[in-house]
Parts: sequence; structure tokens; C-alpha cells
Amino acid sequence: MSEERKFICVSCPLGCGLTVTLDDSGEVSKVEGNTCPRGASYAKSEVKDPRRVFASTVRVKGGKLPVCPVRSKTPAPKGKLFEITKAVAELEVEAPVKIGQILIHNVCGTDADIVASRDLEAV
Amino acid sequence: MSERIDVLIIGAGPAGVAAGIGARREGAEKVVVLERDWDLGGILQQCIHPGFGLRTFKEELTGPEYMHRFIQQAHEAGVEFRTNTMVFQIDTSNDPSVLSGHLPFAGEAKTPHVKGERAIHGEGVTVWTMNKERGIEALNPSSIVLTMGCRERPLGAIRIPGARPAGIYTAGTAQRFVNMEGYMPGKRAVILGSGDIGLIMARRMIWEGAEVEGVYEVMSWPGGLRRNIAQCLDDYGIPFHLRTTVTKIHGQDRLEGVTVAEVDDHMTPIKGTERYVECDTLLLAIGLIPENELSRMAGVDIHPVTGGPVVNDLLQTSNPAIFAAGNVVIVYDLVDNVSDEGLIAGANAAKFAMGKIPADAKRIPVKGGENVRLYSPQFVTGEADSTIFMRVTHPIEQACKVFASADGEEIYSQRLRYARPGEMNEVRIKAEKVKANPNISSITIDIQPV
Repeated sequence: MSEERKFICVSCPLGCGLTVTLDDSGEVSKVEGNTCPRGASYAKSEVKDPRRVFASTVRVKGGKLPVCPVRSKTPAPKGKLFEITKAVAELEVEAPVKIGQILIHNVCGTDADIVASRDLEAV
Repeated sequence: MSERIDVLIIGAGPAGVAAGIGARREGAEKVVVLERDWDLGGILQQCIHPGFGLRTFKEELTGPEYMHRFIQQAHEAGVEFRTNTMVFQIDTSNDPSVLSGHLPFAGEAKTPHVKGERAIHGEGVTVWTMNKERGIEALNPSSIVLTMGCRERPLGAIRIPGARPAGIYTAGTAQRFVNMEGYMPGKRAVILGSGDIGLIMARRMIWEGAEVEGVYEVMSWPGGLRRNIAQCLDDYGIPFHLRTTVTKIHGQDRLEGVTVAEVDDHMTPIKGTERYVECDTLLLAIGLIPENELSRMAGVDIHPVTGGPVVNDLLQTSNPAIFAAGNVVIVYDLVDNVSDEGLIAGANAAKFAMGKIPADAKRIPVKGGENVRLYSPQFVTGEADSTIFMRVTHPIEQACKVFASADGEEIYSQRLRYARPGEMNEVRIKAEKVKANPNISSITIDIQPV
């Protein structure tokens, strides 16, 4: 039995409505509704291994702001996001922080690094 | 005699930083950007989620990352920034008697490029600034770019009965608390309005361990992007209620709950649909308003619908020495558009400062068709190719076309799969099309089903 799934592509602000057809073995056999190749690859990833970029803040000691924004450099597995929120919440770094600086390698055993997303000077 | 400044830009958000780059690249020597915050970047400093700059940089950046790249470019281009600097007054008169106080009137008219009636306004524009180290200064730039951005519509703008306890914030205020100051506004939130900041904050609150009971939107369609409903609400099972609003606020010192109710076609709450929702936080994502206090002081014409300065395609206001770009003009959906407009305004302000903008440029009015809620610019000169940005009043959920016609003759047309109020549409006008017909009396833009 083939199966159809529908979702909104989040790759860009257009937000195309995608319809994905899966064949008997669960493989993607058709993607419809996308306007670009990013949509097709998003559809495949969303079925097999859904991922999202995670963005939050970490506490900073001695910085011009008490917190510094961070992100996962690459999309992290969706199912691991809440575990990642906790790992990031526990982290405190010292100012200065440089944009792109890796703060957690392979967070929660995923292949995604948590990096700073701004420069933050020390007070 | 004050220092010589060619282009003065007010606000170092995405529009202002780009305007600085545009002005320097066009050849203006002294380009100064004023910023009241201690840091550059404007509101994007607190927009720490990814989703910015896909068109400009071919990758999705967070707000701070997007601004980091533009600020670097601005430094390389030789733009001067003055932070912690507040503009508190703009005068456009040469008559020192109209100035309050006894501060020296530091300007001589320096912009003799434009002759004629309007030139009077372009001369002797004085921008008063305040800074802890520099004190109070009067600056007389050759041209100005207004890039003050927009503000959130506050609770006072919608009438909700009940008390005014703590725990009610605009979504952007809550965003600043969480992302820059390290505070959580509460533990259980209701979000009123479905603008993008509200949707983004719903996910942000969830990631920080709070509950989000639901998002309530009075209209029949979402205010924000569909992808934000997917990735911020659907991903976390947050209920989204259209045609529903908050009708009462409960609690005295701290918010205890809200009453929500469905509304009819006239947006009147329907009796019998009321429901009490317990919450300690109410976030408002009910619209953005261009911030034009200074524009009004400068005396430029403000458009009644956009709430921003009336501009032509050079992004020049009714005062030829004053330009404007970004959300101060019209609230954009994408920051890439804001930066593009900033670059254009900065470049044209530089041209004006160098006397390269013809005073006798055309002023062809742009008119919005039936389904156009707002648009900008409102005039076309035909001096360069231009883009007119617009939003539809009602969504069209079928194939349609966005088009422009000059006195009935179609000069632009583009097919669309749909048109929605939450997303802007564009009309591109080629300068040659305007120049080819010197007698165009007006250009009409619209979006219609096909």
C-alpha cells in the first residue's frame, strides 16, 4: 500500500504545501507541490529523518549582556530537540564570545555543534 | 559651523546599515549612522531564530548573524557609526527663532542642488542629537535617510475589558526579555494574534520549558508565514484558533487567565462561545506600526494607510533632502527587502548630496486596485527601475496575477499561485517603460484571480 503525507515546507518563506507519496517499502516515490529542489530534499528528510535548526541562548559570565544567542550549526534531529534545550540551558560561557565559536561539540550525541551566533564583548 | 556630513542615517537596524553601505558605495564621503542603542543591528539582535537572508546570502541565518555580515560590510565601506546617540528633534526651517532654547544654530544652507519651491525644505535641515560624551549637537547633513523601523501595536490599541495586571507583553518585548536579558515572562502563555513574532515566540517559550495554551487570531487567515505555523505551532501541537479573540482579562496583580470567544463576520464575539483559559502570560502579536515621530517633526508627508512617509521610487520623501527605507516606510515581510531598500535609499541620498538627482524628476502617482490594502512607493519617477511592494486586503487562494498598468496599458504582469495578506507581493517597473511614454498620468497596481 502506498501512503500519502502532506506537510508545509519550511525551507524558505514561501511555505509550499508538499504532498509526499511513499511506496510499499516506505521509500519516497513522489514529491508534489514544491517549487524548488530544496522542497524535494526537505520532503525526503522530513519523512526519514526530520531535522530543525535549534536556536536559543546560553548564560554568559562577564559579558555586556547576561545571555548570548546560540544555534545548532546544522539542523539537529527533531526528536532530540528537548534534550538539546536542556544541555544548552545548563551551559554557561565566559565573555568574550565570538560569532561561530563552537560551544558544544556534537550536542547530545547528534552530529550538530552548538555555536555562538553573535559577538559578545566582555564588560 | 557644524561638521560636514554628506549623508546622515537615523537608526542602525537592517535598513540603516544597508543605507550606510549604499551611500558610501555611491561615493558619499562622510556617511554617519546614528543609533540610540549601545549596539548595532536593531531588532534583529533579538531575532535569534534562523530564517533571515536566504535570498541575499543563499543560506538561512539568524538575525544576529545576518546583521553581523552587513555591519562588517559597512565597516569595510567606511561607514561611521555613533551609538548611544538619540535624535530628539529635527528642524527643517532656516529661521533660528523657531528653535527652542539658546543652542547655536549651526547650519548654513548647504544643499543648493534643487531649485524651486521644494528646495526650501531641502535646505538647512538640522538634526539634534544627544550623547553622553558628545553632549547635545546640531548636525546639518546634506541629506538624511530615515530608518527608524517600526513598533508593535500595544494592548491599548485594542479594547479588551478587564484589569491590567502584570504578565501582558507584546511578543517582541517578551522576545527581548528571553533572548537578550535572560528572563522568562511566565510559565503558561496565551498568544493573541498570529504575526510572525508571536509564532516564533510560541516555539521559543516551549523550548524554554513553558506551556503555550494556544494562539488566537481574530481574522479568518493567519497573520504570519505558513512555515512558521508549521515549524512553531504544528511541530509542538500548539492549537491555532482562527476567528477567535480574547474578550476579557482576569487577575488583579498578576494575570490569572483570559476569556476567549469566537467572532462573527463583523469580528463581534459570538455569545455562548466564551471559554475561560488559565494563563499567567498574554503575548500580543497584533501588528506593527512604522515609527515616524521624527519624520513628523521633519515635516515629511505621512501616508494615512502605510503609516510611513510618502516616497517615490528613489525612496525620497516629500522633502527632497530626506529619504526613507525599511519598516519606517511600510512593514515588510522579509528583511532581504528591507536591506535592498536601504541600499537604494542610501545610494540616492548620496546622489542628492552630490547634486545628481534632478529636481524636475517626474512624479507619476501609483494607485492601488480593489484588492490592494497598502503599497509603497506611491510615486514613480522613471529615473531607475523600481519595485513597488504591496499587500492584498483579502487572500486569493487560487491562481492569480499581480500587474501594473499605465493609463490602462499593462506594463508588468506576473502569475502567482496565491496571494495572502501575510506575504508581500511585488510589481517591477522598468524605467524604459516609463520613459517610453512621457504622458503617463498614473500607474495602477492590483492582484486579481485569473
